[in-house]
Amino acid sequence: MTLDRRSFLKLLAAGAGAAGLPMIGRAAEIMPKKGRRVIVIGGGYGGSIAAKYIRMMDKTIEVVLIEKNKQYISCPFSNHLLAGYIKDLSSLTIGYDKLAANHGITMVYDEVTAIDPAAKTVTTKGGNIAYDKLVVSPGVDFRTEEIEGYDAKTEELMPHAWKAGPQTILLRKQLEAMQDGGTVVLTAPLAPFRCPPGPYERVAMVADYLKKNKPKSKVILLDANPDIVSKPTLFRKGWEMYPGLIEYRKAAKVTAVNNQAMSVMVEGIDEVKGDVISVVPAQRATALMAGAGLIGEDKKWCPVNATTFESTLHKDVYVVGDSSSAGAMPKSGYSANSEAKVCATNIVAAMNGKEQVEMSGINTCYSFLSHDEAISVAGIYTVKEGKIVGVPNSGGISKLDYSDAKLEAKYANSWLKNILTEMST
Amino acid sequence: MKKKWSGLALAAGALAFSATAFAAPPSAEMLANACAGCHGTNGGSAGDTMPSLASQSASSIVESMLKFKSGERSSTIMGRLAKGYSDEQIKAMGGFFAKQKLHVTQQVTDKAKVAQATKIQEKSCGRCHLDEGKDGKDDTPVMASQWLPYLQIQMDLYTSGHRKMPDKMAEKVKELSKQDLDALMHFYAAQK
Repeated sequence: MTLDRRSFLKLLAAGAGAAGLPMIGRAAEIMPKKGRRVIVIGGGYGGSIAAKYIRMMDKTIEVVLIEKNKQYISCPFSNHLLAGYIKDLSSLTIGYDKLAANHGITMVYDEVTAIDPAAKTVTTKGGNIAYDKLVVSPGVDFRTEEIEGYDAKTEELMPHAWKAGPQTILLRKQLEAMQDGGTVVLTAPLAPFRCPPGPYERVAMVADYLKKNKPKSKVILLDANPDIVSKPTLFRKGWEMYPGLIEYRKAAKVTAVNNQAMSVMVEGIDEVKGDVISVVPAQRATALMAGAGLIGEDKKWCPVNATTFESTLHKDVYVVGDSSSAGAMPKSGYSANSEAKVCATNIVAAMNGKEQVEMSGINTCYSFLSHDEAISVAGIYTVKEGKIVGVPNSGGISKLDYSDAKLEAKYANSWLKNILTEMST
Repeated sequence: MKKKWSGLALAAGALAFSATAFAAPPSAEMLANACAGCHGTNGGSAGDTMPSLASQSASSIVESMLKFKSGERSSTIMGRLAKGYSDEQIKAMGGFFAKQKLHVTQQVTDKAKVAQATKIQEKSCGRCHLDEGKDGKDDTPVMASQWLPYLQIQMDLYTSGHRKMPDKMAEKVKELSKQDLDALMHFYAAQK
């Protein structure tokens, strides 16, 4: 473990706060703390699960889940809207009423504006809330500043649709409005990014839409990476279902966009025009995490203890999901689910003075190639020498001959049903 | 300068995070919770192609997992996952799920088929699938309230030769028609 001077001072400050130095000039406390309290920020794949499992493991700990929206829309399966396999996002939308009632979780629908790890408070638009332990599962922000010409309009003109909801619907509408013979341009940022197989599934989903509705069109995937990041052999094979419709360009990083010309610039030299364009910028942990001093030396992600997911920069703050640096675990919904349970286990142990428990995690990701064919990647994770690593000789991808693809699509649908039910009940 | 700070930080870090330095091996709960993303909280599945593990017999889970691990039982994803665990860890997970309450599924079954299968179950299956499939015998799985689509997938795998039936089961299944087997799946799914 190495810390720069600034981080070290922060660490000391965090320690001082925990020791109970008086805090000056604090905003109004909106929920005075009576007993032991954990706050969870973010009600997605990680946060909802952390809140639920802490309550399942210890009913004497108060859990406050702070989430901006009353409903959550799943990113996994949202590419299905682009293909037209689903007509709206209702099957991907969950609420929190049952989760809160079943487990006695206090919901606060508000936006978090700041975290003060020294004072151990979270500031929302409504005021301050104090915690003993804090779990943050905030998702990602986009590094739009790395793309020249990217402004507020770009998101409307070239929707990333990398956070499911209005952006996904907008991209679908643009596909519907496109004339046959048009060009769809999709992009993938440099890894690591949220949902590694996502761009490659998306190109198949768009190709399936074009094949059925606009067969003279084509879809180009501009991939900033040297090759397909996830399941490359399987995706290549899967794309063969759409002959002449898919053009894949590797090492093709989008460095600039031109809103007026509806074009993107590849590696600063090659201009690619599109009738429909989806630009997915590179990503990092959210601004909230930066403000709280939770982002590490890479200036992108939040370093965490591999056993507990406690921040290595601030005590009693835990980071799960896409914002954390979770070693070999990919930035996926299932990883967030699994990380949240590991984190919950060790928070409850710590709050009860019990021994920490070694992490054991799973990731399973399904990607669709057509409405009834899917492929998967799976991994089992453990800790070795302080780092999260895959268990040797386990995990991996589907059979290369595609013989399981129809069966895997059936299992994938139950994956979604189960993981969303876990989050919402 | 840098070295000095890093040394101090190490000392402070050791104090701040000493609790995490000594961790117990993964508990049964830690191992099993990771499965719940696909198999449902505590093994109660909400997805109709994914088996519920809650209240399943421990030896049945262990036997399946060991066969997934060795490749003796074919699978899409379970073989890849089972290889990530030691036999002891698999036993711990089996024990965890066996202790959970039976997950009663809400699903539509065909009443006529359920009635038709009652006698077949008694005659052909009941010696191992005890108490209308509510109880397992040794490594015989609990069938009651399992999802119908899951049961149908597994029966298809058996009859198409992708999954090997235990000898005793093969003898019995040989005597049954496709309609009988279909009715039996409805029968087990309907048990609560």
